[in-house]
Amino acid sequence: MMKYVFFIVCVCFTLLMMASCVSVKPYQKAKLNDAEMVLSGRSIEKYENNFLMYREGATGGNGGRTGGGCGCN
Amino acid sequence: MKKIVYTVASFMFFMNVAKAQTDSVSHRKLKIDEVNFVTSYYHQSGDHSAVTGGVGSENLNDFGNSIDLQLSRFDKKLNKHTWNFELGVDVYSSASSDKIDPSTVSSASSGDVRFSPAASYLFENTKKKYSWGGGLSFSQEYDYTSFGGNMVYSKSLNGGNTELSAKASVFLDTWKVLLPVELRGDNIDNNNFKYKQGDSAPRNSYNLGLGIAQVVNKELQVSLLADIGYQTGLLGTAYQRVYFSDKGTQSFSEKLPDHRFKLPIGLRANYFLSDRIILRSFYRFYTDSWNLTAHTAELEVPYKITPFVSIAPYYRFYTQNGVDYFKPYGEHRMADNPEFYTSDYDLSKFNSNLLGVNFRWMSAKGILGIKPLNVLELRYGYYSRNDGLKSHLVTMALKFK
Repeated sequence: MMKYVFFIVCVCFTLLMMASCVSVKPYQKAKLNDAEMVLSGRSIEKYENNFLMYREGATGGNGGRTGGGCGCN
Repeated sequence: MKKIVYTVASFMFFMNVAKAQTDSVSHRKLKIDEVNFVTSYYHQSGDHSAVTGGVGSENLNDFGNSIDLQLSRFDKKLNKHTWNFELGVDVYSSASSDKIDPSTVSSASSGDVRFSPAASYLFENTKKKYSWGGGLSFSQEYDYTSFGGNMVYSKSLNGGNTELSAKASVFLDTWKVLLPVELRGDNIDNNNFKYKQGDSAPRNSYNLGLGIAQVVNKELQVSLLADIGYQTGLLGTAYQRVYFSDKGTQSFSEKLPDHRFKLPIGLRANYFLSDRIILRSFYRFYTDSWNLTAHTAELEVPYKITPFVSIAPYYRFYTQNGVDYFKPYGEHRMADNPEFYTSDYDLSKFNSNLLGVNFRWMSAKGILGIKPLNVLELRYGYYSRNDGLKSHLVTMALKFK
């Protein structure tokens, strides 16, 4: 049941975000281009993500590996 | 007045970045973009080692280092070609691994070195706003070898405000099976465990990641990433012991299913709250075919001391329900004829907290008198699980341009 609720929340979240979007021009993206605003994985978090992959049952969903590549998960 | 100075400085910095980006979009021969060096030290303590059946020291130290080199060039059509080469070396010592064969004073299993090179290529069409690429990776530990490959594709839409991405990857891995010392040899009862000491066992992983990143307004951007993962082969760890209440002190190798289907979905939202404060948030829902369900929530709040220096406290909460095959030391019953069993607390029901701080220093003119050093980052995290496992992680990342 939780799975279905979550999928519905994800779909609603995405639709809501896309519907409320405004067109931002490249010259208006100074804040969005800030190094702290990056959405992809950062190299400083690489080893932290790696140890969490070993110590927890859940992996993936964050731009890293979902499984394989090491004797971890 | 202070705010005006700060805003002007920020603007000049961003204009500098924008100018650099504009300058780069012209025909250019191959050059080194950046070199990244990451080093970390990890220390862990706990009392639920899976190697000794869910009891015993989990003390572990890991010293990890990686270096990557990124090169790029623009061809005559202004398409960008980027190459990335990475080398990682991890050295660890583990109290529990030494218990695979406790009769040895200092066995090879007490420590190991992981060597992991990787290379990738990315083609970027700067006019049509799409990119594709691929990569290869290799990883070698004493008892584990991995060959990996991946392909990526992304497309930018709506004037760069929407980005769709897909990444397919495969890892073809091999375990060299190590059994607990008392389970080696012929005619030993290991409950029909499929593998013998020294066998090669496969573990193959196939992943497909689909993502969408969306600019919502000038201060907010979000992303949604769904990973679909499937693993097959030896998914348990043969040297992890399980003890049964009706088998006395006799141990058995952990047994887990040969297949696992995973579905994590991550939502990320980053918001530029004010001139000095940014909110980085992340939530993940995870479920798999072993009936493990987990939730992860994380918030990081970078505070800009100056436009170039920031400090970011962060907190992460994680909870999982645990797999059906888990029971603590001596609580499984062979009389129940269980098909699968483990006493690995990483698969048990638990909550964890991760609390830390990230320090970031950027400068186009160099840091600490080292001219090519553009970014210096330090990160410390303290991790605790409600089953008693605790760990500390310190990481330093340097970017040279």
